[in-house]
Amino acid sequence: MFDVTRVRFKKFLVTSIVIFTWLFSLNAISSPITLDISYVKLAKQQVAGTSNYFKKPENSGFQGAKLAISDSNTTGKFLQQHFSLSYFLATKSPQLLAYLDGQYQQGQRIFMLDVPLAQLVQLEQWAKNKSVLLFNVSETADELRNSQCLSSVLHTIPSDAMKSDALAQWLLYRRMNKVLLVQGSNSEDVLLAKSFKRAAKRFGLKIIDEKQWDFNTDLRRSAQQEIPLFTQTVKDYDVVYVANKSKSFAEFLPFNTYLPRPVIGSAGLEALAWHSVIEQWGATQLQNRFIEMADRKMNELDFSAYLAVRSVAESVHKLHSNASNELIEYINSADFELAAYKGRKLSFRPWSRQLRMPLALVHPHALVSQSPQPGMLHPITELDTLGFDAQESQCELSR
Amino acid sequence: MKKTLFLKPFLSCLIVTALFSASAVYATEFAYVTNEKDDNISVIDLKLNKVIKQISVGERPRGIILNKEQTLAYICASESDSIQILDIATEQIIGELPSGEDPETIALHPNGKIIYTSNEDDALLTVIDIDSASVITQVDVGVEPEGLAVSPDGKIVVVTSETTNMVHWIETKTHKNFANTLVGSRPRSAKFTKDNKYLWVSSEIGGTVVILDVASQKIIKEFTFDIRGIHHDRVQPVGIELTQDGRYAFVALGPANHVAVIDRKKMAVEEYLLVGRRVWQLAFNKDESQLLTTNGISGDVSIIDVDRMKVTKSIKVGRYPWGVVIRNKP
Repeated sequence: MFDVTRVRFKKFLVTSIVIFTWLFSLNAISSPITLDISYVKLAKQQVAGTSNYFKKPENSGFQGAKLAISDSNTTGKFLQQHFSLSYFLATKSPQLLAYLDGQYQQGQRIFMLDVPLAQLVQLEQWAKNKSVLLFNVSETADELRNSQCLSSVLHTIPSDAMKSDALAQWLLYRRMNKVLLVQGSNSEDVLLAKSFKRAAKRFGLKIIDEKQWDFNTDLRRSAQQEIPLFTQTVKDYDVVYVANKSKSFAEFLPFNTYLPRPVIGSAGLEALAWHSVIEQWGATQLQNRFIEMADRKMNELDFSAYLAVRSVAESVHKLHSNASNELIEYINSADFELAAYKGRKLSFRPWSRQLRMPLALVHPHALVSQSPQPGMLHPITELDTLGFDAQESQCELSR
Repeated sequence: MKKTLFLKPFLSCLIVTALFSASAVYATEFAYVTNEKDDNISVIDLKLNKVIKQISVGERPRGIILNKEQTLAYICASESDSIQILDIATEQIIGELPSGEDPETIALHPNGKIIYTSNEDDALLTVIDIDSASVITQVDVGVEPEGLAVSPDGKIVVVTSETTNMVHWIETKTHKNFANTLVGSRPRSAKFTKDNKYLWVSSEIGGTVVILDVASQKIIKEFTFDIRGIHHDRVQPVGIELTQDGRYAFVALGPANHVAVIDRKKMAVEEYLLVGRRVWQLAFNKDESQLLTTNGISGDVSIIDVDRMKVTKSIKVGRYPWGVVIRNKP
């Protein structure tokens, strides 16, 4: 008697589980899902003295996010999922927090942030204990991947360290071991130079001399007089590395160096996540769609915003859910993979939430190479030879 | 003296007969390879294993197929936004089919009258009537449609979309998209089995090949690939070919530079054959004794001897060979 009831109960349990899963899966397919993503930007001040032809389009980043929304909706229509994008431009920093908080009250959970380091740290504080997902699409600072670890923020823009390593690996491959380092005098350039020095040490390159550019000349007329003298050194060098994020002087170094040597870093050969010359692995199609939509070429900021939105949408496609906690868990899990026109799948580093990716080495009109360079070995993935690896980073967000 | 005089024509006669009989036994086969970056087609004589000529076509030629009679080739000239018709006999482009923008791959309906093409930039499948050279309809599919296959019974056409990661199932009669199946990242090629029951699909970034059951549109088997000394991220399945006898499946593994051989009875990968760099598409000759591979980066075609499962030859073609089709000259 007792046995019979147990068997019956078991049967009942099995059938109810079957029915429940069936209902659940049916529900998963049939109920439509919508998700709105916010793109938030803090207006930046242009560095004085920067040539106007280096100015980035104002809508950099946002256009990439917009394209990703459109791509995701094409997929979404087969899955009954719809994505939308809202945009907010803050002119002053306090507006940011007010906007995010207001949006959060209205149920917004996913934010793409085109803001500098200080604001990212501030927003991380705000995001504590909230089920929100923040994406850093523009800040390359190493400390966010190494010491200032942000648990609510995912970085889709490569760090300075990743870029420096990409260049250093190429120098090693080409046996250009002796480097003259030139840096700007403001803090962002000094930090960038520091990042390259780390990479140089890591890959055994020799920095034969360091120079700091602190002149205030407008080089558009006088580069030929100034730069050769400035780049004259006691020792010979194979290459000049220049750290100058705003490009206020860097672009005037190529062809003007004292010794006829290539220039890399902020001018000449640059390490970038994206550039209009990339056309392999289906990139041509992405470039074409972007040009058609934005009427200009896709830049690195557009691409990192594209990746951020695609990361969210991919997770929604897979889970058929718009619950932010489920999305966060999935993106941070080992199951997450993103196809991103890079010839291999991308994923986030669990310790720093940095998206790992190969980087293109480009000059303005051609792709020169891609790092990691051939022969770079790593026990897990050679993509982790770029930037702060688990052992080097102080971040331990989740391992 | 007289004897030798008599012998000479006799001998040459003998040689000619021998040659003639040899060619009668082994019909000459020609491979047509589209060179994506050279805007032309390399023609390989498979008896000489040599490129015998180059034919100029439109910009960025990729997908290529032959008509049933093997008298015409249809070529996707992606950047020219057209499907060009190449007359095999005269080697001239004799016309175009309206294809919509950026056609990448094409497939012929078994009735020989309808061509399907995927428009990569517009997320569309275009259905073209060959006789009237007109578009019958366009069907909305996912982002970057790529692989195309028509079931041998002509009832279903499938499209894979690279960024949507789906197989879209479309009824050929009604042009209705009746089902969509999510597969691994960046699906590329699709191939139906001869009995219309199964569909093979490769996923480039996912690194997998799956078999879908056509009746339920569900995945029933997944293959992954493991090549010693090659990181699994570099194993990127693209082209698939299935032997008619149901014994083998061949899968081009992209930058892994290998072709995987799957035993379809055991449902397991049997071996990996080393070919040229970034192997893309595959094609059998008529009796399936040879399999050709296009190798994009090394710019050549590898020939696999199917009976011996060995790569026997590599033939230099143009820059970035993409598609390949083999014509059997009677």
